Amino acid sequence: MGRPTRVTNDIRRLRFGQGEMTQAELAERVGVSRQTIIAIEQSRYSPSLEMAFQIAHVFGVALDDVFHYPTKSAEESQ
Amino acid sequence: MSYEEKGQWVYLASTTIAYGAYLVLMLGGAGTTPLPEIDYQPVLLWAIGASIAGSILGRIAIEIIRPSDLHRGDVRDRDIGRFGEYVAGIILGIGMVGPFILALAEFDHFWIANAIYLVFVVQTVVGAVIKLIAYRRGF
Repeated sequence: MGRPTRVTNDIRRLRFGQGEMTQAELAERVGVSRQTIIAIEQSRYSPSLEMAFQIAHVFGVALDDVFHYPTKSAEESQ
Repeated sequence: MSYEEKGQWVYLASTTIAYGAYLVLMLGGAGTTPLPEIDYQPVLLWAIGASIAGSILGRIAIEIIRPSDLHRGDVRDRDIGRFGEYVAGIILGIGMVGPFILALAEFDHFWIANAIYLVFVVQTVVGAVIKLIAYRRGF
């Protein structure tokens, strides 16, 4: 089974950029379980738009600095 | 493993164990008696009761042994729950055709009650397995 979502993210990089924030800390600030943060980081779960904004707000960055979706041209060039 | 995922494992285990025990006790006690003449009702009711009690007590026991960091479902749990229940609902709807036909054909209550119980077990097992796959492989 392949990845269930094509949405990729930089949460791991952003966490380490924020003083090595743990998954548990991020989960607490967003109001979800640590397992949900792990699933999002590993692209096993595509978060709702609201949760995506919440995660971006925790890092103080724009939504597309956290989450990415491949464009057709990017996929074709791969 | 999240609080809700642990709950699904417990639910799956208690349902299958209770149904397995029911079959063993019911069929084991039958001997040479024809199945429709078995006094199955007390065993069936005890099995359902034990399944419910097992789910509750099992969940409490697991939280004592391995406490979860969050004791409520979050948005991912709700998404997975809806997905699993949707598929389980289809299984239930299709499966209930069996007992319905048995009732229309005026089969003995034994067969109708057992068919209904089997459908409930199958829909529970399928629903729980689908949710657990979604937890493990992604959703």
